Amino acid sequence: MSVTLSESAAKHVSNFIAKRGRGVGIRLGVKTSGCSGMAYKLEFVDETQGEDVVFESHGVKVIVDPKSLPYLEGTELDFVREGLNEGFKFNNPNVKDQCGCGESFNV
Amino acid sequence: MALLQIAEPGMSAEPHKHRLAVGIDLGTTNSLVATVRNGIAVCLADETGRSMLPSVVRYRADGSIDVGHKAVAAQATDAKNTIVSVKRFMGRGLKDVAHVETMPYDFEDSTGMVRLRTVQGVKSPVEISAEILRTLRRRAEASLAGELVGAVITVPAYFDDAQRQATKDAATLAGLPVLRLLNEPTAAAVAYGLDNAAEGVYAVYDLGGGTFDLSILKLSRGVFEVLSTNGDAALGGDDFDHRLFCWILDKADIAPPSMEDARRLQMKAREAKELLSSCEEAPVHVALRSGEEVNLVVTRDEFADMTRHLVQKTLGPVRKALRDAGLAPDEVKGVVMVGGATRMPHIQRAVAEYFGQEPLTNLDPDKVVALGAAMQANVLAGNRKDEDDWLLLDVIPLSLGLETMGGLTEKVIPRNSTLPIARAQEFTTFKDGQTAMAFHVVQGERELVSDCRSLARFELRGIPPMVAGAARIRVSFQVDADGLLSVSAREMSSGVEASVLVKPSYGLTDDEIAGMLKSGVEHAGDDMLARALREQQVEAERVIEATEHAIEQDGALLSADERAAIEKSITNLRALCAGQDHRAIKSGIDALSRATDDFAARRMDSSIRNALAGHKVDEFET
Repeated sequence: MSVTLSESAAKHVSNFIAKRGRGVGIRLGVKTSGCSGMAYKLEFVDETQGEDVVFESHGVKVIVDPKSLPYLEGTELDFVREGLNEGFKFNNPNVKDQCGCGESFNV
Repeated sequence: MALLQIAEPGMSAEPHKHRLAVGIDLGTTNSLVATVRNGIAVCLADETGRSMLPSVVRYRADGSIDVGHKAVAAQATDAKNTIVSVKRFMGRGLKDVAHVETMPYDFEDSTGMVRLRTVQGVKSPVEISAEILRTLRRRAEASLAGELVGAVITVPAYFDDAQRQATKDAATLAGLPVLRLLNEPTAAAVAYGLDNAAEGVYAVYDLGGGTFDLSILKLSRGVFEVLSTNGDAALGGDDFDHRLFCWILDKADIAPPSMEDARRLQMKAREAKELLSSCEEAPVHVALRSGEEVNLVVTRDEFADMTRHLVQKTLGPVRKALRDAGLAPDEVKGVVMVGGATRMPHIQRAVAEYFGQEPLTNLDPDKVVALGAAMQANVLAGNRKDEDDWLLLDVIPLSLGLETMGGLTEKVIPRNSTLPIARAQEFTTFKDGQTAMAFHVVQGERELVSDCRSLARFELRGIPPMVAGAARIRVSFQVDADGLLSVSAREMSSGVEASVLVKPSYGLTDDEIAGMLKSGVEHAGDDMLARALREQQVEAERVIEATEHAIEQDGALLSADERAAIEKSITNLRALCAGQDHRAIKSGIDALSRATDDFAARRMDSSIRNALAGHKVDEFET
């Protein structure tokens, strides 16, 4: 199992990194907070930490810390457009339920 | 499910705590809204993908309001209720607005700002601008799927306080919290990342649709200071269109066109101009209503030739601005191009030639101001780490100063100084042998401390005893980039020091600041009299005290009559001090000083005699 990016997500991520001017990849993670237990983390990565697990998807490095990995196994990150809004969406098979807005979730 | 954006390392927001902030370029012709998403500043587009919103507002008879492209369409048919370029009226009275007679509006000259009568009643420029801002706010909230914590709104560098305040009021009316107003040229420089670059002087060349502005900025320690501005309020890209339109009429050899044909030709001219920025030549094919046909080709060189005088015209303000700043063209470190018209290659060439360097053009000149504002908003909303070392660009809204004897304020840092700033001033003791000094830090524009706002008090102790006026106490005011004020006092001979930290703008609402500024202007006359009165009262107290001290020490030098005369002058002066006439007190002081002239001379003689008694002449070196 691994953590992957959809083709569209990968295209946008590499685009954003190029425009930002630095960064080796993208970090996906979870932290314990939010109304439903867990919240996603999505950040640029300037340097990887020793214990990080690194995946490669469509040429983009996806970096996950080992503590977050069990919650994210099998997740695909997608880039979608909803009306005027656009952004990234976690398709996470581990999620049992999530809060109304989807910003936090439970496994 | 909510959509996520990529955050800077370690800056992922808590759920429901995204801090959405935007930058808004509230322009004369067009307005834009931008934000930082996934670490990059982008302009937000409407449903049809257009990011520019024409700054046009139409009030319709049925009570609805159109903003933007829809309002533009009605400009010809409903001119009176369709307000274009409202920015020109912001914070202005009717007499300040140029060419009122040529405008199709029904003006009402009310106190302060001009107002416009429309089918929906009398509207102020603030309300009209608020409609534009409201439209941009809705667009941003739809694009970002959330409520905005605030916006940075750009204003021209030459905007005065009234115009800035009007812009802020419009934002409040539109339900937009203003994080900060930012000068347009500064925003453009921020978009190019010049604030992270080395220190130096930069020029911002802003050729918009109908206006030209040139600003000279100086960057030092991350803070931009506007050194000078110049421009031409009646020169812009539209003039280039018009010149090409005239050329087409001239070449096409057609009958004078109808209104509709003229509009069509004008549009074609504009298209051709835009095409010439990327191609060597542009075709002009128009089938006119009159049955005639225009079939021309204009080359880039021809276009450059026919508009050469317009380009030259922009260089006049450039020269003036540089002269005002006391700089030569080669002292400018970089030139930023703003405004769609700067896409024209021959303008870029002329600017490059004048400054002796290629101008910065790689960002979209229409968007660069909004992008810079968005970057600043992102910082102010707290979406970046402190270690990124962004200094905030701000000015002090009200003067900072100290209370001096008699409850008067001495301004140390004048209002509108850019942050960070440090100023020092020297003060001295009031009484002989004074060993401590109390400092009262105040803020405001008024002359009397009681009318200003008290910020902090502290004391300096341990001043070595000296005669009044001999001690030199240096008081330094320092305001850092966050607006935090620290005041320190240091006695120069002994080095004793005391200091205090305050936040000067804490708890002051914009209304209060505006009120304090207004009262400073309204009471200027009263304040002057009050200051004169207090100054004379303080001087009288000092003279009386010195005289009484002298009588106590050397009373033996006076005859009973002389002593009575001096005491009478003192009583007289005390009585005058209780009054309100500063001139009378002054004459009382003069009277007392005349009455004590002899006494002072005798004291001087006696003290010299005492000092010399018992010494031989050759003990004194000459």
